[in-house]
Amino acid sequence: MQLDPNEVEELAKALYVRALKLLPPDIKQGFARLTRDETDATARTILGTMVENIAVAERTNNLLCQDTGIPIYNVTIGRHVELDGVAMTAAIRRGCERATREHPLRSSVVHPITRKNEQTSCGIRIPIINIEFDERDETVAIEMIPKGSGSENGSFLQMLIPADGAAAVKRFVIDRVIECGGRVCPPTIVGVGIGGTSDLCMHLAKIAATRPLGTTCSEPEGAKIEAELSEAVNELGIGPQGLGGRATSFRVHVEIAATHITMNPVAVNIQCHSARRAAALITPGGISFV
Amino acid sequence: MAHHILDMPVTEVQARALRVGDTVTLEQTLFGIRDATLIAMFDRGRTTRFDLKGHAVVHTAPNVRKVDPRPGNSSGYEPLCIGTTTSMRMERFTRPLMEREGVRIIIGKGGMGQGTLDAFRDVGGAYLAVVGGAAALETTWVEAIEEVDMDDLHPESLWKFRIKGFGPLLVTMDSHGGSLHADVNAAALARRDAILAKLGASGPARA
Repeated sequence: MQLDPNEVEELAKALYVRALKLLPPDIKQGFARLTRDETDATARTILGTMVENIAVAERTNNLLCQDTGIPIYNVTIGRHVELDGVAMTAAIRRGCERATREHPLRSSVVHPITRKNEQTSCGIRIPIINIEFDERDETVAIEMIPKGSGSENGSFLQMLIPADGAAAVKRFVIDRVIECGGRVCPPTIVGVGIGGTSDLCMHLAKIAATRPLGTTCSEPEGAKIEAELSEAVNELGIGPQGLGGRATSFRVHVEIAATHITMNPVAVNIQCHSARRAAALITPGGISFV
Repeated sequence: MAHHILDMPVTEVQARALRVGDTVTLEQTLFGIRDATLIAMFDRGRTTRFDLKGHAVVHTAPNVRKVDPRPGNSSGYEPLCIGTTTSMRMERFTRPLMEREGVRIIIGKGGMGQGTLDAFRDVGGAYLAVVGGAAALETTWVEAIEEVDMDDLHPESLWKFRIKGFGPLLVTMDSHGGSLHADVNAAALARRDAILAKLGASGPARA
């Protein structure tokens, strides 16, 4: 299959707008589960408002949240795909710019020092474009994530040491969730990276934070910590919006990587309740949204 | 636990009547403000032509569409999606907003700190919590963008919204020292050690 940059540009544009308007089904189901288990009256009212907002966004064809985020595109390239990588990444950038101009969307991206906003949702090294490969034949998957800043500001890295053990990893996560309180727009998905280098650890936390609900860490030790921490964070009483209740998080997600004999890094990256993402597959048969 | 319907602007007495746990619906006028606006006003000495005395400000930067200015809407913008951002980043601006500009009510999400609570006590004000991320709903409470100032900071301009039934919002910080945010944080810290013990992860918090 030959990848057409024009097709990629249109899709990059469509995915940004789609992600901002339609919450994925797993998150909607997550709200139903949290509402069922919530006993605090204020928390139940807040969860009800969030669910109502999802319906209002669909009914009025509006954005779920005003924060258009930092645009992230995850591209997964299957086998037997021919593409010009330079043309593909340029096409994604153009699609992102066009979504911003043509919808229009608030550009939330600025130069980090001058704070100048180009009003395109793009800037130096933004959008973030991650490229991976998988086994699917003649398939390119593009996932778009508008990562909101309230929860992205709830990001932490600690280069623990081996003597600290896994206990310190768990303690780090609990303490950071307490520290963030309502600022990260709970209920959240708490993404935890364990292992790797400092940069890989942070990236793992982002993968974890943006993984669909209902998936578990593919590695048994990671899955165990995931289950333990998921239960623990909802005992803190932080609740939706940090105003009290059980529903602090939908779930804690863990991703792991091997690390160095001297190292024990842990990272936290949080996803707010507006856990937006949209994805599509490009195959010889055309484009399908998933 | 009273419900207040406030026609903006309000007096100090009205602001001090708000108590944590009360609910509020705002009518008439609301101003939008955030990081860059506040930095410009209080770190770089810029002033606004708007009179914020007795008014409420919401921590926001909206999604808007350019339109032709018309009577009642001279801003040249119509609202597309208006929501609320995390307030805590703007903590150090609450007191100057109240003392220099006369603002009485801050609307935001996630709560604010001790400096804000002190300013509410000294000057007379309150914090109202919006459900963050529920912007599609919040947008239905905004009738129009009446005017805009400091639009060179777009989208972090100073926005004047005409509102209708903006709420109900929960009072979570008041002028009597009450803060639901501080209470929830204290409760979480009180539970911390037992939760960590159950995880086999007891220990002090990172320095």
